[in-house]
Amino acid sequence: MKTREDKILLSHGNGGRIMHDLISDLFMKYFGNRILEQQGDSAILPVYVTTVVAGQHSGSRSKTKPAFPEKSGLVEIAFTTDSFVIDPIFFPGGDIGKLAVCGTVNDLSVSGAVPLYLSASFIIEEGFPMKDLETIVRSMASEAKKAGVLIVTGDTKVVNKGKCDKLFINTSGIGKIDNAARLDRKISSIKPGDLIIINGALGEHGMAVMNARESFNFKTPLKSDCACLNYLVREVLDNSSSVKFMRDPTRGGVATVMNELAGMMPYGIELSEPDLPVGKGVRAMCELLGFDPLYIANEGKVVIVAGEKEGERIVEVMKKNKLGKQSAIIGHVVKDHPGKVVLNTETGGKRILASLSGDPLPRIC
Amino acid sequence: MCLAIPAKVIQVKGSNALVLIGDTEYNASLLLIDDVKEGDFIMLHAGFAIQKVDEEEAIETMRLLNEVAGYDPES
Amino acid sequence: MKYIDEYRKKDLILGIAEEIRKISKKEIALMEVCGGHTMAIHRFGLHSFLPPTISLLSGPGCPVCVSGQHFIDTAIAYCRQPGVILTTYGDLIRVPGSASSLEKERAAGMDIRIVYSVLESLEIARKNPGSKVIFLGIGFETTAPLTAAAIAEAAKLKLTNFHVLSAHKVMPPVMKALVKDGVKINGFIAPGHVTAITGTSIYKDLPMAFGLGVVVSGFEPVDMMQAILMLVRQIEAGKPNVEIQYQRVVQPSGNVKARKLLDTVFELKDDYWRGLGMIPLSGLKIRGKFSEFDIEKILPVDVAMAPEPKGCICGMILRGLKKPTDCKLFARRCTPSDPVGACMVSGEGTCATYYKYRE
Repeated sequence: MKTREDKILLSHGNGGRIMHDLISDLFMKYFGNRILEQQGDSAILPVYVTTVVAGQHSGSRSKTKPAFPEKSGLVEIAFTTDSFVIDPIFFPGGDIGKLAVCGTVNDLSVSGAVPLYLSASFIIEEGFPMKDLETIVRSMASEAKKAGVLIVTGDTKVVNKGKCDKLFINTSGIGKIDNAARLDRKISSIKPGDLIIINGALGEHGMAVMNARESFNFKTPLKSDCACLNYLVREVLDNSSSVKFMRDPTRGGVATVMNELAGMMPYGIELSEPDLPVGKGVRAMCELLGFDPLYIANEGKVVIVAGEKEGERIVEVMKKNKLGKQSAIIGHVVKDHPGKVVLNTETGGKRILASLSGDPLPRIC
Repeated sequence: MCLAIPAKVIQVKGSNALVLIGDTEYNASLLLIDDVKEGDFIMLHAGFAIQKVDEEEAIETMRLLNEVAGYDPES
Repeated sequence: MKYIDEYRKKDLILGIAEEIRKISKKEIALMEVCGGHTMAIHRFGLHSFLPPTISLLSGPGCPVCVSGQHFIDTAIAYCRQPGVILTTYGDLIRVPGSASSLEKERAAGMDIRIVYSVLESLEIARKNPGSKVIFLGIGFETTAPLTAAAIAEAAKLKLTNFHVLSAHKVMPPVMKALVKDGVKINGFIAPGHVTAITGTSIYKDLPMAFGLGVVVSGFEPVDMMQAILMLVRQIEAGKPNVEIQYQRVVQPSGNVKARKLLDTVFELKDDYWRGLGMIPLSGLKIRGKFSEFDIEKILPVDVAMAPEPKGCICGMILRGLKKPTDCKLFARRCTPSDPVGACMVSGEGTCATYYKYRE
């Protein structure tokens, strides 16, 4: 087993290399199956469905021939799950509840599914203020309504004080893969020249939350970009014929998602630093603390790979949506340096963007 | 020991100054420098102003650089 | 952002690069001794703008890297004491000690908090009168005055539960030690923010006694390119000198107020530098007058000196004698997510920088 540690460390949950090793060494080893191996944001489940066509009794009394005509076919359902343990539970732009709904809705959306139903499980620390719980639950209801999804089942557990940090939420979600959307899920169709697109500015969630959590005393108007992207994604899929890949760049940021993608193709990726949309607030905080916006978490962003000819059209479509006003083409797939992601810097140089190793740390050096 | 960022002084309050970096505000300590006034730029390092930025020197540096680079910013 | 954007303009960089190429004839090696410079060179890809006659070496400019395992082991020993809140800059959290790290200790439940400024430590001490709040003081002359200011404030406020574990060091002795050691360089790119505090007199021996030019450089790509140009001009003319490129921030006299405060609180001591051994009068220790804030005086702990990890050549790398790519462990056993030596852990350690930015 590659994992060298004898204890779980915080880095095991950071979305970086150590976590991926844990997943492959432990979870995949014991759970492994064809569907799990997809390792997408959602599992795509083939469900064989037989539906009865109403109102046309065939008159048959045969034991083998059905009385009512039936249609049989394959339906694909997307299924995903996510747990939310964020600290602080309230932050500028949202709270743990809003995040729990948006995170799962987005995982379904970027798989090409129409999100339909969510479950919501709560693990609550004894003594947690009822008022805060109500605020969070109300927030979840509001987001679910905006996204057009129903929370249909759930669970509540209360643990002794000190046994969990205030509140943990798990949401699982089901969506229907819409054949008419024509989402091409095959990574193998991506080729050099294809464009990398994002719907807005990098790093807002991660920096807003960090600033709220730490005692650094910076006063910034920064807010988390936490939002449900299903309608934006649907508009893109309805207006485009060759979206080949979508992922929401959460923990680890755009750089990590690009590395994951590059690792799945025989090609490389080039991003263009001057084209990356970065807000003033994120820029300032990153310069102050020594962070790189490419590695900071986003909760209202989707990275799309699409055919060369479609890029501009997709940007125009997204710009019409309030969640895509700063959409931009930020890079493209290249023949060179297969498996690697390279950044063309603002100063005309080049550098490699490696995968994230652990949470970025503020530095003074 | 290097990560210091230019920040604009918005308000001096005793041995602290409210400074602006982009659109982010911070209450910086002035324990290490004197004669700071509103509108000055200081170098902010780990919560302290460690030196002022000399606007005239900055302009002169830019002028020299543009000369060397044969670069006319007006063109 | 003002004073940043204009120093990142591509056209300016290319223009200066062209000028360097025109005049650079001799094969030379220039050393920078500041982690921030190491980072800037790689972040902005400056190597690609320089002609093959110029090579850049990274010296021991990363205070985290040169502090050695023993400092981390000592910090860990303190965080395990009852009633201690350990506060630190983010740079130290993942540095490996001989058996653990601050990150691992925090995951095991020790109270370890990352701060952006030592001022937050003072605040934590104020809010937690029942706890011993220890601040890990690392850094050179840019950062040591901040710790000094905090100790002075603590003295003024009689904040007796605030303490410092000092690993502060100063630059000039190590620069001279490197040269005496025989490191082959033709000039120094000097740290801009250290010099903003110290002033330029600390470098005067280098041209006079060793024939080495020194140019004090800022941290934006245009600053560094201009500093390199100034050094090349000196070297081609055979006229080593101390010059300031970073004139908008650095004055020849430095920051007198900060130095006075530094001198009030700290005094020089012989100090151990990872990979370089003991260098006389190169470290800072808290003066007797302020010993109530020196945690090593208040609560001595006995921490054994552990041997350096096998195969780790951080020491040679810190002296500019070897490159990370010369190390057998580099990018194999020693990676940013699983580091062996401090050069890989510190975000601006030479190895981490090479790893992150390698082609």
